[in-house]
Amino acid sequence: MNAIIEMTDVRKTYATGALEVAALRGVSLRIAQGEYVAVAGPSGSGKSTLMHIIGCLDVPTSGEYVLAGGDVTTLPEAHLADIRNRRIGFVFQQFNLLPSLSACRNVELPLAYAGVTPSERRRRAVEALTRVGLADRLAHRPGELSGGQQQRVAVARALVTDPALILADEPTGNLDSAASADVLALFDELHAVGRTIVLITHEVDVARRAQRSVLIRDGRLAA
Amino acid sequence: MNWRDTFASGLEAIRAHRLRSVLTMLGIVIGISSVVLTVGLGLGAQDQVRAQIDALGSNLLIVSPGSSTSSSGVRGGFGSASTLTTEDAAALSDPAAAPDVAAVAAVTQAQTTLVAGTTNWTSSLVGTSPSWLPVRNRTLSAGRFLTAVDTDAVVLGPDTASELFGGRSAVGQQVTVSGRPMTVVGVLASTGASSATSSQPASDDDVAVVPMDTARSLAGAPSSSVSAIYVQARSEDVLSAAYQEIDALLANLHGDTDFSIASQESLLETANATNRTLTVLLGGVAAISLLVGGIGVMNIMLVAVTERIREIGLRKALGATPSAIRRQFLVEAGVLGTCGGLLGVALGVAGAFALPGLLGQPVSVSVPAIAAAIGVALAIGIGFGVYPASRAARLTPIDALRSE
Ligand SMILES: Nc1ncnc2c1ncn2[C@@H]1O[C@H](COP(=O)(O)OP(=O)(O)OP(=O)(O)O)[C@@H](O)[C@H]1O
Ligand SMILES: [Mg+2]
Repeated sequence: MNAIIEMTDVRKTYATGALEVAALRGVSLRIAQGEYVAVAGPSGSGKSTLMHIIGCLDVPTSGEYVLAGGDVTTLPEAHLADIRNRRIGFVFQQFNLLPSLSACRNVELPLAYAGVTPSERRRRAVEALTRVGLADRLAHRPGELSGGQQQRVAVARALVTDPALILADEPTGNLDSAASADVLALFDELHAVGRTIVLITHEVDVARRAQRSVLIRDGRLAA
Repeated sequence: MNWRDTFASGLEAIRAHRLRSVLTMLGIVIGISSVVLTVGLGLGAQDQVRAQIDALGSNLLIVSPGSSTSSSGVRGGFGSASTLTTEDAAALSDPAAAPDVAAVAAVTQAQTTLVAGTTNWTSSLVGTSPSWLPVRNRTLSAGRFLTAVDTDAVVLGPDTASELFGGRSAVGQQVTVSGRPMTVVGVLASTGASSATSSQPASDDDVAVVPMDTARSLAGAPSSSVSAIYVQARSEDVLSAAYQEIDALLANLHGDTDFSIASQESLLETANATNRTLTVLLGGVAAISLLVGGIGVMNIMLVAVTERIREIGLRKALGATPSAIRRQFLVEAGVLGTCGGLLGVALGVAGAFALPGLLGQPVSVSVPAIAAAIGVALAIGIGFGVYPASRAARLTPIDALRSE
């Protein structure tokens, strides 16, 4: 299997004033295409930092990161934006939907940045929302949806561009067990059709649904 | 993200904060409306002056006593020691000496009291010759004009006639002019020019025109001096030739340039120079208001960038490039500016319709000025939006997403 993510000795150090915080201390990680990997670990261990680097939202202080065969460690921001747009779908703990836009418009957003025509955008957004079971909530704004529904809108937004990689940072952290089950079922479906999924969680039973679990502790991967 | 999407999301953001957006625009609204109004007032005043000066006649040169060393032109001439005489006027009428002069009318001017029956009316008394009518481009609405043999005849301006005789026909009526009974032989047609310019103390529609000699004997000072000599050139092409002929002839007669010659064009220039100063001054105040408006836009856009830092982070995570973010905020600032400009123009045009009624000052609304005002408003919005927009563009996606 081809590797979609190849990280070699990635370090990330935050400098806050005089204080230096080493959030990642030499992470080497290989994730193959189509894998479903859970990243677990205690609070403050560097899970989110790792996900931000995997998602090209942040750049490592040192080390090498090859995404889908291309080195992304030194790319300019405009290029990274394009990679995030075409290859990666994000699902955040806080949903991060734009409150002024309808569910459908929220899902259309990444397509707008990809330059897709409005009618095609609309068609694909409706399709994605149908897939997450929200075909009857197209015109609702996030404030008019339950937490579980909002997170399903976020999942729809993550998959609407057909990305190779879906990154989820504690997607069930703000949801009750029923809503969590809905969202995790969606991830199972996505995995079944060949998407690579990296899911961050500290819940053991969530991690267990993945093919493989990696444990991170103090900025290092534990065996 | 194409331009239409960017534009739509800009409008949405403005609609989401309606009150704040309107308050932000206020500076621009005030600035643009005052620009529209001041330019309109300036142009209106110019139109008015042009109409009044056109009403003086055509191809006209006005010779007044006193030299014109001051920039006020003929204005200082009236009332100062009169060095012009009827002999000067006669000399100018000589076709051999001044071939480009078509007609000459010397005038004396004074205040007079007219009495018809029990009605009193104060008007200006013009003493002149029969050539006054064609030289000044006037026509009669009734009766006839003065002839060379008239003595106790008077021609009234239309306003004067209606003040004295109301709706009745004035021609043939008796009227006492400065205590001397005279017969009204004619009534002038209205010029249409609203009121007198400062260089023309006699209102064009409120005058009593009498023969020159009669005016002199009424004044009790039988000198031969006159207030001004109106000279009509044969055509517009020979206006400057006529000017030079008059200048040479009078300088020769007087041995001194103790007179000044103004053309309608130069009168217009003088009047407009004053107007222009005022317009520039008011325009400066309007420009300051626009500057304040621009700073308001910048302030609100900086607030918007801080407020929407998570939104910016999210958009970047979803694939917005720095230039797409910059464009989004620039368009928003531009839309704010343009809306302010449109509101300002609406207010200014409304003012332009209301002001003439309040101030008696004409305001003319010019389409190029309005287009320029809207352009300026757009430029201000964008210009002052550049800094906030590039701040938003420079944010790293992760810092923007993390901030609470
Ligand atoms: N912008 C930053 N500046 C300074 N230190 C940071 C910054 N971001 C993260 N850190 C530090 O890096 C370490 C790892 O943070 P991270 O957010 O990756 O933890 P996490 O594993 O996601 O924790 P949690 O489960 O609570 O979300 C923490 O010690 C944190 O304080
Ligand atoms: Mg975290």
